[in-house]
Amino acid sequence: MSNSELWRGRALGLLALLVMVAPLSLLISVFGEGLQSLSWSFLIDEPLQAGRAGGIGPIILSTALVLLICMSLALPLGLGAALFLAQEVRPDSRLNLLLQWALDGLGAVPSVVFGLFGYRVFVVEFGWGYSLLAGGCTLACMILPLFIRGTEQALRDCPNSYNQAAAGLAISRFGYLRRILLPVAAPGIAGALVLSAGRALAETAVLLFTAGYVMRWPESVFDSGRTLAVHIYDLAMNVSGGGPSSSATALVLLSFAMAIQLLAWRIGKKTFSRETKK
Amino acid sequence: MINSETSPPALSIQSLSVRYANHTALQDASLEVASGELMAVVGPSGCGKSSMLSAVNRMTDLIPGARVSGSVLIDDKDVLAGKMDVQQLRRQVGMVFQQPNPFPLSIAENILFALREHGVRNKADLEQRMEQALTSTGLWDEVKDRLQAPALGLSGGQQQRLCFARALALQPRVLLLDEPCSALDPIASATVERLIASLKGRYTLLMVTHNLAQARRLADHLSVCWVRDGCGCVLDSGPTLDLFENERHPLAYQYLNGVLC
Amino acid sequence: MSLNTTSSLQPSADRLLRSASLLCALIAASLLLWILLFLTQASWPLLQKPAGLMSANWHPSSGEFGLQAMLGASLLSSLLALLLAVPAGLLVSLWMIFYAPAYLARPYSAMIGLMASIPSVVYGLWGLVVLVPLLNQWVPPGASVLAAGLVLALMILPLLVVQADTTLRVAANRHLAPALSLGVSQWSVIRRVLIPASWPRLWPSILLQLGRALGETMAVMMVAGNVVQWPMTPFEPVRTLTANIALEMSYATGSHLEALYVSGLLLLILALLLMGLARIYGSRT
Repeated sequence: MSNSELWRGRALGLLALLVMVAPLSLLISVFGEGLQSLSWSFLIDEPLQAGRAGGIGPIILSTALVLLICMSLALPLGLGAALFLAQEVRPDSRLNLLLQWALDGLGAVPSVVFGLFGYRVFVVEFGWGYSLLAGGCTLACMILPLFIRGTEQALRDCPNSYNQAAAGLAISRFGYLRRILLPVAAPGIAGALVLSAGRALAETAVLLFTAGYVMRWPESVFDSGRTLAVHIYDLAMNVSGGGPSSSATALVLLSFAMAIQLLAWRIGKKTFSRETKK
Repeated sequence: MINSETSPPALSIQSLSVRYANHTALQDASLEVASGELMAVVGPSGCGKSSMLSAVNRMTDLIPGARVSGSVLIDDKDVLAGKMDVQQLRRQVGMVFQQPNPFPLSIAENILFALREHGVRNKADLEQRMEQALTSTGLWDEVKDRLQAPALGLSGGQQQRLCFARALALQPRVLLLDEPCSALDPIASATVERLIASLKGRYTLLMVTHNLAQARRLADHLSVCWVRDGCGCVLDSGPTLDLFENERHPLAYQYLNGVLC
Repeated sequence: MSLNTTSSLQPSADRLLRSASLLCALIAASLLLWILLFLTQASWPLLQKPAGLMSANWHPSSGEFGLQAMLGASLLSSLLALLLAVPAGLLVSLWMIFYAPAYLARPYSAMIGLMASIPSVVYGLWGLVVLVPLLNQWVPPGASVLAAGLVLALMILPLLVVQADTTLRVAANRHLAPALSLGVSQWSVIRRVLIPASWPRLWPSILLQLGRALGETMAVMMVAGNVVQWPMTPFEPVRTLTANIALEMSYATGSHLEALYVSGLLLLILALLLMGLARIYGSRT
């Protein structure tokens, strides 16, 4: 490499380093401040003094419940829609274009608008009030496009030779789905599920208007409750002296988010190695 | 259950045309396959051989924009007629594809799955039919100790024979073979050829092949296809040796004898 | 994929499967419509009397619902984010592909992936606790358009890098070797051939990230200062449309609430427009 190329490389490298300063500083500050307040009791106890002390036990439970509701709705709905797209719709048809636009559009909706929608429909119209259920349902609507896209891809990736063999043997659609298509597509679907869960976990604005703010242990899905992300926001913005707890909660949330990313990566690797084994 | 005493049906293709969305694959093709015979269909790429095969068991139904006209008679029943039960048709007409495509299931499940889908529930029946099918393809001794092993772990030749067994288990009467040996190495290919030869008489077979020597070895009758005006057609059809040795149709004769490359 | 119009051996199961999957697809596809419908219905009363929705005065208590300043804040912070993130993302991507040694490029790439998975509220937290005080030392008050733009830039950078990486690698595979064999320097190839060749693929991604930045709520809410005004300098605090909705939703009623729904509708239309542009542009290349 010529001299000027060398300097150019160095300059770009410096820029790359500069860019990394911010996220590194983020990780250091979250870990640094957060680790101080982190302990086993922090993860299990109730929050005290509006969250400045105590722990985040009920909040973790609420987060888990909201995620559970969200995925239980999104999985069957998304799988059904993806099946329809992959099996019944031709890629070059107008129906396909319409559906793709509708789903992409849904994916472009800002999260705060989902919050408004969820508030109006689930909290007010359905009369559930601020509840984990309302939060989970709204969140399901939000991650649906992401999940459908991943699942549809996984279904389409199933080799067509299986489909042909099954058709030649007059195997029913249902039988083919049950014994061949779904098992083959399962890792891809699991990957999409995990990715969607990660997105749902990070959501805040949607839940502010639907699941509410309450810090107690939730007694039912109709109870209001806050998730980890909402708790971080509340402590940082509305509670003076809530900084340390906020960082600790951020550390917990980051750990979950990283774990999810790792899980998705491993599933992706398993799919890849299975494909190349054939 | 089909009575295995009855002789296999005759297959008659009359003025068959297959059109896809943007081109005509086959135009006005006709040929006759007598009961229990093997008819090989040869010709250069793109002359509609596979489309012809696909029309016989209505696999063309699966291709969007495909239009099939003419008639395909199996024992005087037109399979292209609207009221034909396609499920039953595909049980009676088995198909083996060019690329071996066993399901990602165990060896046994590959066969049992199809049987169960077609209503065979009795455990003894299932086992018996599976063993029968595997025996007739020469696989039984090779795999009887590892029936639960994944089918994808078998060699190419074994996989293709498994695909044969899978189709045979449903007790078809007609077999459609789409270049069954072209993806296999010579030894595996020879094994499958022996299998095909053993099926003559019990089944009526229509086989597409690129391999003229193979056609000469196996086929009782031969059809030579060609591309004319951008779509496929049948040039000549008749007893194998007759077509190879006597110049019944100049183009077909030249193709069979390697004059045209 | 197949279109199965034939009868089946398990007709009832197959029919059920088809109807169920059709129903799911209809529900999923119609959600967007429902959202548009509900938002319009909720904002209708206020939309009928367009009383100064486009003015710069937002004083809900006295019935003034001007969205202009907040729309401006949203646009300014998002455009600033793009201005920072697009060149940076492109250059970083170039560095990773052409200049970085492998032992640096791989962990760096992993870090970029990590950045993409950090929740927006955590970015907001860092912005609040680290960035804003830093900016405050430079020019008070710290919470400003600049802070919002910086945080948004960090959030959209990873995906821009990923897209640039993919596109540039494809272009490099096609053009780099032939160009180098003509004796052209690497940088010239990059500047004159690879980047121009990659632009068409990058635009849709840029538009999508702009949409994302416009729709971001938490991070900007925590660092932008939340004063409704047109900023005269980048250091002044602003309030974006998204932050406004989040802040006032809990106590807004009547026309105030309707105004929030109107701003939500506005955001939605903007996001859909950008997505449409991205799609049209993407399908043309």
